Amino acid sequence: MAKDIAINGDAAVALAWKQIDPDVCAAYPITPQTIIVEKFAEYVANGEVSTEFVCVESEHSALTLCITSTSAGARTFTATASQGLAYMWEMMPIAASMRVPLIMAVANRAVSGPININNDHGDVMAARDCGWVTLFAENVQEAYDMSIVAPRICEHHDVQLPGLVNLDGFILTHAIERITPLEEDAVRKFVGEYKPLYPLLDVKNPISHNLMDGPLFYFPHKYQTVLAMESAYKVAKDVLSDFEKMSGRKYKILEEYKCEDAECVAIVLGSSFGTMKEAIDQLRKEGKKVGVAMPRLYRPWPVAEIAKLMKGKKSVIVMDRHLSIGAYGPMFPEVVAAALENEAMPKMYNYIYGLGGVDTMVSDFVALFKEVESGKAKRVNFVGVKE
Amino acid sequence: MSALTLKELNKIPVRLASGHRLCAGCSESIIAKQILLGTEKEVVVACATGCFEVSTTIFPYTSWKTPYIHTAFGNGAATCAGVEAAYQSLKRKGKVNEDIRFVTFAGDGGTYDIGIQALSGAMERGHHMLFVCLNNEAYMNTGIQRSSATGKGASTTTSWAGSVVPGKKEFPKDLTMIMAAHRIPYVAQGAPHAWKDMVQKAQKAFEVGGPAFINTIAPCPRGWRFASDETIAISKLAVETCVWPLYEVENGTDYTLSAESQRIADGKAEKKPITEWINAQGRFSHLRDEKWAPVVESMQAEVDKKWNSLLKLCKL
Repeated sequence: MAKDIAINGDAAVALAWKQIDPDVCAAYPITPQTIIVEKFAEYVANGEVSTEFVCVESEHSALTLCITSTSAGARTFTATASQGLAYMWEMMPIAASMRVPLIMAVANRAVSGPININNDHGDVMAARDCGWVTLFAENVQEAYDMSIVAPRICEHHDVQLPGLVNLDGFILTHAIERITPLEEDAVRKFVGEYKPLYPLLDVKNPISHNLMDGPLFYFPHKYQTVLAMESAYKVAKDVLSDFEKMSGRKYKILEEYKCEDAECVAIVLGSSFGTMKEAIDQLRKEGKKVGVAMPRLYRPWPVAEIAKLMKGKKSVIVMDRHLSIGAYGPMFPEVVAAALENEAMPKMYNYIYGLGGVDTMVSDFVALFKEVESGKAKRVNFVGVKE
Repeated sequence: MSALTLKELNKIPVRLASGHRLCAGCSESIIAKQILLGTEKEVVVACATGCFEVSTTIFPYTSWKTPYIHTAFGNGAATCAGVEAAYQSLKRKGKVNEDIRFVTFAGDGGTYDIGIQALSGAMERGHHMLFVCLNNEAYMNTGIQRSSATGKGASTTTSWAGSVVPGKKEFPKDLTMIMAAHRIPYVAQGAPHAWKDMVQKAQKAFEVGGPAFINTIAPCPRGWRFASDETIAISKLAVETCVWPLYEVENGTDYTLSAESQRIADGKAEKKPITEWINAQGRFSHLRDEKWAPVVESMQAEVDKKWNSLLKLCKL
């Protein structure tokens, strides 16, 4: 184990990728992802990585290059945020259907309009249906660790899907925290060599990649990605367990905090998990039986874990940092669907919070638990917005 | 490669199998075969979405006997550039040992319009790749809609010739010159009837050690409204009327005419009037009406102006 360092989230992601030393990185700058690309470019400039680094003219080309470079047989990574992810969207399902295990860090930021550079989950939620394995980080250490875990999950031959590593814009990307990095040798040994199944550059065995499907083949091919995503669930468990053996840091598919005896649990993604823990501690001091959980793995959606978490609970609060205008937050219906696995349904509430980077404090989280307890909560609630 | 004879070219493997689904009389497979005869080395083909892509790769079949990749429409150049970037990395690391060439095929939509950003970016970055535009002067795959490569006066399904509009109102964008302005090592225009000229240009482009662009006129029987056995004659007419001069530009500065275009410039061949081009194609049939005479005159004037400008560039 290397010495502890002080580092921001973006630089920690760049450090992880420097240690992995990918074959190719193609990226385009966008706030608040820029430090990842800048730091990586510095590693390239100083010969600390052997990566072919391509500064492309747009995010659309960034993701295209990453897809075809991975198809060609190269381990590839990139990073983006917000409008960048929106601009990449056309290529997101193509990456999954081409079964390329490239990894992309997303410095989660609100999507225009109005234009806003601060954190919410609008970018990644708009990409959630595309077929990417999706991981969330609570803090800078996790942003670093998930960057190392992701290629192992995605490159597994039972998975072969692209992966997203999410870290909250500014809250994590620009916040300097203390982390314990791993030794470079340990990282490289853990991640191993990329072993593509049908690399395009195997010119002696020519393969055609991404053909046109009629209706007879399109649906069955889509279904294959469903099966691959199902495999990702088991593979992720194994990889997280291997990571614990190597690093001593234990990660679970669904992270839980004081949920076991709780009557009311909240489900939240990203850095708010930390803020929530503080709120839980305060409420526990008042004798409230409350807990909070975070799906580390958002895709595949861990139905079994979420259902188990909710079993016997009186109420469940789903915290969404995005909203589907005219419906609910994106995670709410998925949690409700997971509750169908149990015999009894808890009371379920959806809280939309923190859009466009508005701070959500410990006191806000404490207040919403009390709102639910008092019976005053509506089905969908907007934290801090005058309705 | 030794002397460019049919006997020698015959030894190069055919990378595009017959039996693809292109229309009868389509020039695209002819051009692609000519381009691929330009290298004996291993070659990876990338395609932008379009006629050529859908017609050669309908699952579970592929017409490609060489590695082939496609991702989407507007990113043909980026699709190829990613493979080339992987190649540079893996070759450096000794994981790939073959000497490989890279080529992208895209239609005029995937080049002039939606594809121009990715193309410009890839050329500026200096990827070792050839980009070939199969310019059939409209969105043929979706049903003959106008593009910025469509010639003035052409009737298309989004620029109809009607009682008050004479087909497309604008002259096409000069994309070849735009690519020359990138000052990349090699830019050229080709036409499929001039097979030897095309293969020679492809040979140069593949060995230039950097980005190269070849814009090819790709006569389309369906969209241009001519009989499917006239493809090669129409290609010849494009050059003879100077609508599509054959030339190359090295490093953005050195302009050279070739084949019939050189002969026309030397006074050894006739520069045919635009009316021969117009009269050979149904998409221009409305222009025979006397009321559109000013449109025909403006088309001739534009061809003359561009031809004279090209002659000046070639003398520099």
